[in-house]
Amino acid sequence: MKTKAFIKHALTGNEAAAYAMKQINPDVVAAYPITPATEIVQIFSKYVSNGEVTTEFVPVESEHSAMSVCVGASASGARVMTATASQGLALMHEILYIAASLRLPIVMVVGNRALSGPINIHCDHSDAMGSRDSGWIQMFCENANEVYHTVIMAVKIAEKVNLPCMVGMDGFIITHGMEVIETIDDEEVKRFISKRTPLYSVLDIEKPITIGPLDLFDWYFEHKRSQLEGMLQAKKVIPEVVEEYNQRFGTNFPAFLETYRMDDAEFAIISMSSAAGTMKEAIDIKREEGLKVGLLRIKTTRPFPYEILREKTKGLKAIGIMDRAESWSTMGGPLSIEVKSALYPLDKRPFAIDFVFGLGGREFPIEDAFKIIDITRKLSEGEEFPEFVHIGLKE
Amino acid sequence: MKKKILSLKELSERTYGLASGHRACAGCPFPSIVKMILGSSDYPVVVANATGCLEVVTTIFPYTAWPVPWIHSAFENVAATISGVETAFKALQNKGVMPADRKVNFVAFGGDGGTYDIGLQSLSGAMERRHNFLYVLYDNQAYMNTGIQRSSATPFGAHTTTSPAGKVIPGKVQHRKDITEIVAAHDIPYAAQASPSHWGDLIRKARRAFEIEGPKFIAVISPCVPGWGYDESESIELARLAVETCFWPLYEIDNGIYKLNYKPKNKLPVKVWLEKQARFKHLLDKPELIDEIQNKIDEKWKKLLWLDGKKVED
Amino acid sequence: MKFKSWKDLPEGAIVRDVPTSPEFKTGDWKSRTPKYIPEKCTHDLLCWLYCPDSAIHVKDGKIEKFDLDYCKGCGICASICPQDAIEMVEEEV
Repeated sequence: MKTKAFIKHALTGNEAAAYAMKQINPDVVAAYPITPATEIVQIFSKYVSNGEVTTEFVPVESEHSAMSVCVGASASGARVMTATASQGLALMHEILYIAASLRLPIVMVVGNRALSGPINIHCDHSDAMGSRDSGWIQMFCENANEVYHTVIMAVKIAEKVNLPCMVGMDGFIITHGMEVIETIDDEEVKRFISKRTPLYSVLDIEKPITIGPLDLFDWYFEHKRSQLEGMLQAKKVIPEVVEEYNQRFGTNFPAFLETYRMDDAEFAIISMSSAAGTMKEAIDIKREEGLKVGLLRIKTTRPFPYEILREKTKGLKAIGIMDRAESWSTMGGPLSIEVKSALYPLDKRPFAIDFVFGLGGREFPIEDAFKIIDITRKLSEGEEFPEFVHIGLKE
Repeated sequence: MKKKILSLKELSERTYGLASGHRACAGCPFPSIVKMILGSSDYPVVVANATGCLEVVTTIFPYTAWPVPWIHSAFENVAATISGVETAFKALQNKGVMPADRKVNFVAFGGDGGTYDIGLQSLSGAMERRHNFLYVLYDNQAYMNTGIQRSSATPFGAHTTTSPAGKVIPGKVQHRKDITEIVAAHDIPYAAQASPSHWGDLIRKARRAFEIEGPKFIAVISPCVPGWGYDESESIELARLAVETCFWPLYEIDNGIYKLNYKPKNKLPVKVWLEKQARFKHLLDKPELIDEIQNKIDEKWKKLLWLDGKKVED
Repeated sequence: MKFKSWKDLPEGAIVRDVPTSPEFKTGDWKSRTPKYIPEKCTHDLLCWLYCPDSAIHVKDGKIEKFDLDYCKGCGICASICPQDAIEMVEEEV
């Protein structure tokens, strides 16, 4: 039941993200243009120019500097946001780790796009997967509506645990796809996110601190353990914040994992982002044909919901994991590797197969979703398959 | 009217600079440079530091020698980091979180590697965006922190571990970049060169820079005991000789107007400076290479004499 | 500032209550020691300015003491002093 009235807008994912940022009205935004996330910055700078936000906007000369400005500003106690994609995220890589280790709750929207080379501007997850061990909370949205609401929730989550948070949406598919978005009122957004209470600030003149000292072998390990505490805390805080949001606004967003038609499922597809939408449609059709298939959509990959996955895959005969990225391990994509290791301690594990699909924006038609369901079904019946297969590849 | 220069007594009442217990090499002059910069500010100072010797030796956890708020993020991004701090300050003042009348001077410290080389893009961006901060380059003319590798600040002929003086190649074969001119080309309100040996000039420059809104830049020569190869008691003397030989002219570009701040009565030949340093000792029997260094110095010196008192666009 | 475990560390790896470096003594680095000759001293404070280790203390514009707990024995103070009011003496081993 919706407790608050929504306002409906027809928006693309980029517009939805920018609109959420406008309502959040962060203190500082530093960003650099990059396809397919450029629009977020463009739209936001228009808000700045028209006085619709009071944010200080820093149009930097590179993504490396974008993240560096974010670090400096966030360490000064400001609420800070940015947006990027692909090569931009790769260029930020070094500073991502610093943002996380300094425990800075920067929120960044990522328009997930393939990494060069060859250069490609279209969707896959190689960018975000490349930064999965950087210490950021990572979330992936299925559609533009989820992007809008997740960006707002991300501010609160990040600031509660003092960790940066990446909100991913599929490049072009979501960033540029027009949808009806249900937004909440400006005041409601403000009330929900309230004010940031920083852990510390470099602008504290009365009680100066040193931020970013050198660790030798005597304390680096301990600092890393201390940082893990933030991620452990996030496992509690993410569901709390999402629950609070769902309660307050009558929404139904998952914290870590969405289950779809899993009740009596004998096998399941594990997917992320926009492909889950196509997969849901395919599952509906296959359910009509009598196949007992369900979907587990992973929303949050850092922290990784391994306990929930163990729980939700209990009793399944097979799982088919969908990876929109390569890991070059020769055993499939990064998501499958993590899902499989999550299930490793179970006495009875489902058969598992990985589907690498959609690289560089290769489309994911419903026929391919059927193919994935079909292979996973055969696997559940005992047929043998390689560790991973490519879907949608010109073989 | 604020005083342009300070006596050392006044400076000593304002700051002691870095606290004791830091791990800079014996005789390293950069703590003195930090002392002069911090002491020159009439307002609280917030410092960002690029990765490098200064950052490493002053903040080995849990020990920090910095008495003021200080942040280090990475090697190539100190100008972006201070941009973020300065922008947050502005944003928080505008939103009433920070008192509107509070004044803070923002200072970035970077070595030559973090300034001439890997940090040049970030510095250029921050200057173009007109952030309000003072960038202080401590120029020891090589990557000293990693063990004396050549940078684009390393002078022609200098031996470093990546431009070693060998049987065929006599040290670094390129001249150094003129960083002060590169920075000044951003048309920033204030750019200068200074030396710790000429402390009155350095303090006056820092105080002048702090008066101005916008990006400011001071390049300070910072001799390096192990990198240059001289006795650790002679750091300030080495800086002084760099000025007296006009290898490191003291000048400023204040709102476009060039000013030579010090004209040695007796301009010493560069050899006097070179022969005190182990990194140049292989040059001493190669007068043609010393001539090449001398010619480069003379050229720049002539240009500065001509520019003295002129505006860039004149 | 005695940390025993990771649980004691401030979040974000920051250092509070700065400066903390005086807890780390560098005086044992030196092989020569400054000998101060007060009679010759004019208190121009050049030694204070150029001491890299903040080991020369000044009070009311006058040299107060040389803090040998931190002096690394570089000898800049002696070499810079126009009055020769500081001499470097080899440390006895």
